Amino acid sequence: MSTEKKNNDPAEPGGALKEAESRLHYAVRELSQSSWVITLLSVVVALVVGALLILATNPQVQSTMGYFFAQPGDFFLTSFEVIRDAYSALFRGAVYDWQAATPERSIRPITETLVNAVPLILAGLGIAIGFRSGMLNIGGQGQIILGATCAAFIGYAYQLPLGAHLLLALVGGALGGAIWGGIAGVLKAKTGANEVIVTIMLNNIALYLLAWLLRQQWFVQTGSNQPISAPVEDSARLFGLLGGGFRLHAGILLAIAATVFVWWLLERSTLGFEFRAIGENPEAARTAGVNVPKATALVLIIGGGLCGLGGAAHLLGTEYRLGAGIAGTLGFDAITVALLGRSKPLGTFLAGVLFGGLRAGGVLMQAQTGTPIDIVLVLQSVIVLLIAAPPLVRAIFFLPNPDGKPRSTGRRRLRNQQAAEAAEQPTPTQEVSK
Amino acid sequence: MSDQHTPEQATEVETTAVQAQPLQEAESRLQPIKWKFPITYALLALLSLSAFTFLSPTGAVTQFRLATASDFVTLPAVNIPSFAGALVLSLLQLGLAALAIYCAARRIKLGVWLPMLFGLFFVLAFLIYAGAGRGAFIPVVTLLAGALMLSVPLIFGAMCGLVGERSGIINIAIEGQLLAGAFLAAVAASFFTSAYVGLLAAPFAGAAVGGLLVWFAVKYHVNQIIVGVVLNVLVIGLTSFLYSTVLTQNSEMWNARQQLPRLPIPGLSQIPIIGPVLFNQTILVYLMYVIVFALHILVFKSRWGLRMRAVGEHPKAADTVGINVARTRIFNTVLAGGIAGLGGAYFTVGQGLAFGQEMSAGQGFIALAAMILGRWNPKGALLAALLFGFSSSVGQVLSTIGTPVPSEMLLMLPYVITIFAVAGFVGRVRPPAAEGVPYIK
Amino acid sequence: MKLQLKGVTKRFGTFTANDRIDLTVQPGEIHALLGENGAGKSTLMNTIYGLYSPEEGEILLDDKRVTFNGPGDAVEAGIGMVHQHFMLIPVFSVTESVMLGYEPTKTAGIIDFAEARRRVQEISARFGFDVDPDAMIEDLPVGAQQRVEIIKALSRDARVLILDEPTAVLTPQETDELIAIMRQLKESGTSIVFITHKLREVRAIADKITVIRRGKIVGEALPDSTETELASLMVGREVNLTTQKDPAEPGDVGFSVQDLTVVSRAGKVVLDNVSLDIARGEILCVAGVDGNGQTELAEAILGLREAVDGTITLDGTNLRRMSVKDRLNAGIGFVPEDRSTDGVIPAFSITENFVLDQYDQQPYSNGVAMKPSVMREAAVEQTSRFDVRLGTVDDPISTLSGGNQQKVVLAREMSRDIRFFLASQPTRGLDVGSIEFVHRTIIEERDKGTPCLIVSTELDEVSNLADRIAVMYRGVVVGIVPGDTDRDVLGLMMAGVPVEEAYAQAKDHHTILGGADEGAQA
Ligand SMILES: Nc1ncnc2c1ncn2[C@@H]1O[C@H](COP(=O)(O)OP(=O)(O)O)[C@@H](O)[C@H]1O
Ligand SMILES: [Mg+2]
Repeated sequence: MSTEKKNNDPAEPGGALKEAESRLHYAVRELSQSSWVITLLSVVVALVVGALLILATNPQVQSTMGYFFAQPGDFFLTSFEVIRDAYSALFRGAVYDWQAATPERSIRPITETLVNAVPLILAGLGIAIGFRSGMLNIGGQGQIILGATCAAFIGYAYQLPLGAHLLLALVGGALGGAIWGGIAGVLKAKTGANEVIVTIMLNNIALYLLAWLLRQQWFVQTGSNQPISAPVEDSARLFGLLGGGFRLHAGILLAIAATVFVWWLLERSTLGFEFRAIGENPEAARTAGVNVPKATALVLIIGGGLCGLGGAAHLLGTEYRLGAGIAGTLGFDAITVALLGRSKPLGTFLAGVLFGGLRAGGVLMQAQTGTPIDIVLVLQSVIVLLIAAPPLVRAIFFLPNPDGKPRSTGRRRLRNQQAAEAAEQPTPTQEVSK
Repeated sequence: MSDQHTPEQATEVETTAVQAQPLQEAESRLQPIKWKFPITYALLALLSLSAFTFLSPTGAVTQFRLATASDFVTLPAVNIPSFAGALVLSLLQLGLAALAIYCAARRIKLGVWLPMLFGLFFVLAFLIYAGAGRGAFIPVVTLLAGALMLSVPLIFGAMCGLVGERSGIINIAIEGQLLAGAFLAAVAASFFTSAYVGLLAAPFAGAAVGGLLVWFAVKYHVNQIIVGVVLNVLVIGLTSFLYSTVLTQNSEMWNARQQLPRLPIPGLSQIPIIGPVLFNQTILVYLMYVIVFALHILVFKSRWGLRMRAVGEHPKAADTVGINVARTRIFNTVLAGGIAGLGGAYFTVGQGLAFGQEMSAGQGFIALAAMILGRWNPKGALLAALLFGFSSSVGQVLSTIGTPVPSEMLLMLPYVITIFAVAGFVGRVRPPAAEGVPYIK
Repeated sequence: MKLQLKGVTKRFGTFTANDRIDLTVQPGEIHALLGENGAGKSTLMNTIYGLYSPEEGEILLDDKRVTFNGPGDAVEAGIGMVHQHFMLIPVFSVTESVMLGYEPTKTAGIIDFAEARRRVQEISARFGFDVDPDAMIEDLPVGAQQRVEIIKALSRDARVLILDEPTAVLTPQETDELIAIMRQLKESGTSIVFITHKLREVRAIADKITVIRRGKIVGEALPDSTETELASLMVGREVNLTTQKDPAEPGDVGFSVQDLTVVSRAGKVVLDNVSLDIARGEILCVAGVDGNGQTELAEAILGLREAVDGTITLDGTNLRRMSVKDRLNAGIGFVPEDRSTDGVIPAFSITENFVLDQYDQQPYSNGVAMKPSVMREAAVEQTSRFDVRLGTVDDPISTLSGGNQQKVVLAREMSRDIRFFLASQPTRGLDVGSIEFVHRTIIEERDKGTPCLIVSTELDEVSNLADRIAVMYRGVVVGIVPGDTDRDVLGLMMAGVPVEEAYAQAKDHHTILGGADEGAQA
């Protein structure tokens, strides 16, 4: 690397100083390679983008713009206040509300974050298994819908003893998702049908299937024409963990268990070895005796099952009634969760908590400052786009690239740099870090 | 090792070597007979016979209205006895199925006329059954005009996907491009109180989304499917956010309805049935005709098209003949985004509606489906999009006259058909070889 | 045209692929660039062709300095290149392929197909090529595809033509035709840079030879140098061109395929009634030009392709209906043709690649969970036994050189109990040192009494290893001949000529390369 080369140059004056400096560069470079740093910086950029959006659409700020040149101070002060209010509401809604009336209310936000995180984590894990196995399962939405639908029906249409009812509803939900994912999996295994297309189509089919079911009286069992089902029995609900004013339910335990399970599956089991092998190189996996079609189908069956479980947990723990909008944007959020978590189980768990927090905070932000919760979608997508392109993040923050190459590889720039080097001008690293 | 070149061996070897010649024969002998289609035809024909024919109430009549009020020549309404009509059509289908089976057994190839004719008979039989004895007319012109209207965003979207993917960029973000186009069209039209300004603005929104897609794909080699999915979320988030803030705060200024006027083409629009369907449309629809026709020619016959396909099939080969792969991909994807943006304008200024949250409602994904079903060909994508538009239109018409078939089933149809298509049911679907693969020197 | 390189340096990251290269190609000269796999020949040519921009140095054409911003500029300046891997688009027609980038157009950018077709026909006629301008590339045999590439270069008036390993895909007889074309071009004043790692070819064809090793020019030679001289120049040390081996001591038949027939997905018969018997302690090599069914044979034996007919018998058991896994467990050791796509998973660690086909077998797992420590220990032990140069076994295998990756594959296959060894192109893309190692390992396995089937398109390798040679042509075994059969005979058989006839014809007519061989022996 160029830093080392520089150190070895005996003719360099002020060697010690230079060395210290290049150590700093080295540290900066190491740091800028770390995925944690990239993630953190991506969140920062997303928050800045969000802030700009809030400012651009805020009527108060707009009115100060009217006399910006007369009193620019007003503009900056108002802007500051608007952003501070919005993001402090976001934080208070997601983590800890210091303005709440009771201590109980103060800590409620973090539990709400976890409530929101449950389906995100479960479905995110399902998507992550697909990513690790080289399959882009875009079908989280459909699998969640099927999971919630099956779980709901079992939940209100049957009367069963306490533990068994919940278990059956959860298993039913997982099965529903597994079937929906399995359709794509089996088709890919048998015919090579592209799973991206099939899962996208299945998402939409699930939507219409649900709409149709909700019009059938045998299904909704409510006696009314509303497209919403009866509530699930108490015996099938995911029980609350904290009681009282908290919604946090046993689903979070399920999410933790699923995270551990997925870790074991991918890192320790032979099946997981097959999954990762077909993900990295299906040809080599086949040559090594892996039954690729079977593994392919299993990936989407298990992934779909986890998504279905996510839908089931959402319904049995939070919603209780099945409506057309049961999945919301969960399916696509799950994809962003898996991406942010880099398809690793722990990463996915943490990403689920982060995005769950954004949702929970977004609700308070909308209520208190009138900032629409849709901004959460913007934050989420900006974060994910950025973590997928680390060089872009490094460029935004003027960080060096790990390969020691200059940031821009344009020919002209390269030529300039060669000229600069020849004239003993700053090296790329130095130029970058100024 | 003893010498293997003994005389016996040599003769044996010679006979095997002689076998090398009639390979062609051996190949056709071993070609499996394709039973899939004939069997499908037979099953559909039987469905038509059992359901459409025998479930039609006896003595009932299905009425078709062929004219609109403004027609130059007014065609009379047609009354068809439901049972007899459906029976005849079903028998015709059975006949075609039998022909298909015969030809399959004989390994005779049949033209594209067979599925088209079969489809026509099947659809007619279905309509006869659906309208049997309901006392209401089946408005043929409305049905067809609706099909075209519903196809407009699909066709624009499919053309967008096609241009992008032919140059190697997978575009899952068509949905977002349509939505962005709809948004900007509405806002610009409202602000300037002119639907035409909206129409001009819409392509820029789609192109911007396309630009983001191709920027991440080409410069940072991010997985294109991922970028597409995330861009959809981004566009939904942005437009919904702006809708809930700016557009609702001052909807007079930012989200007032504007509509592109219909421009009937003199003469052509007077032709019975197809006149009002095809030639009494807004400029947006005429633009669509032009784009589809132009792409049909340009993709296969122009320098631009040849280079685009080269970049999508084998970018390195294109590079070695001096074609700038990155520039080609960027240009084409942005251009394609513009096409999708135009399609998005249909939702707002095209229909005279204000912008609403997530109003593209999954049409972008159907457009993607149409592109795949049309095998990345403008003509095929057009037909597929029209088919999908038609099935939605049938759904709409039937839900007004009341029908035994749930409308959800008809709305699902495009997606189901597409799954069958990618599962290889309608022949091998062969996407551009380098699609989705970043080109790294 | 005269082509001159001065101090050309090309780096990939920290790796220097070309180090201060000086090279002069005189007008009308056939200049051979000789070097091992990985020496940097293709990189240098791609640099001349404008695909890479060099870090240092300059390129001169007719003594004028040129800089290329892309292949377009190079073509403009009169440089044409036929790449090692053809740059043709399978779904394009010949005409489309040739005109791409230089399309004759009418108004509005619409292509003038008639004109383009005329150009193709004109050049094919000039050089006596028989190429249908409307044929699809994917339907053409490799030799014809190469001609399309040459037409492409000539249609742009190339005055320096670079041919990157053009003979790798040809039979000796087809190579003769190519040589004739090259001489014809030379007559008309075109300079040719001819790249190869095959010693025999340069001596037969070149006017001048430049040898490149590890990115540096190490010497120049004239065609009358001996093969041994060239080889030691190329490799940097004395090399044994042939691997020492004792005569085989074949036992009873250990492995056999009978009447094996395979149909491709497109419905083509790619393997037609192939029958082979391999004795224990014997190496049978399958020779033939790439794409004549050898790959399919290997894949069918392992079960990667379904055979429609025939038997595959190992120690008396018919494997034909077994899964790949069962066949591996039955004792097939397999080294695939394309290491990076079939043999290893680049992103996996060396350990994981070491257990790649036994991950669910004792002792590496209990069938459900894997045992990482056991895997690791075995990997450490076996990789050191096979002399794999590595950091730690936890590194991704992609950090190893091709030769060392192949050693990991061999270690994996040979460290388990195999009863039949099957290798496809076991040394493709390896350096001479690794090639020697692989050959020795295979012969050792033979001497243990394992029946070995080696598929190779390199006649050098076949001659080195084979106890018997089966030659394949269009999915059929043309004949089985002894291991020391004359190359001319093999070449004719590779073109489909039956054994008897091949012997007869080879007596009357020597190929240019065959002639060179005899010259070398004399
Ligand atoms: N694009 C590239 N990036 C990094 N290394 C490369 C690249 N292309 C070639 N190399 C390396 O450069 C060396 C020379 O490769 P090449 O020129 O293809 O050799 P040859 O053609 O002589 O067999 C090899 O070690 C190869 O791994
Ligand atoms: Mg090479």
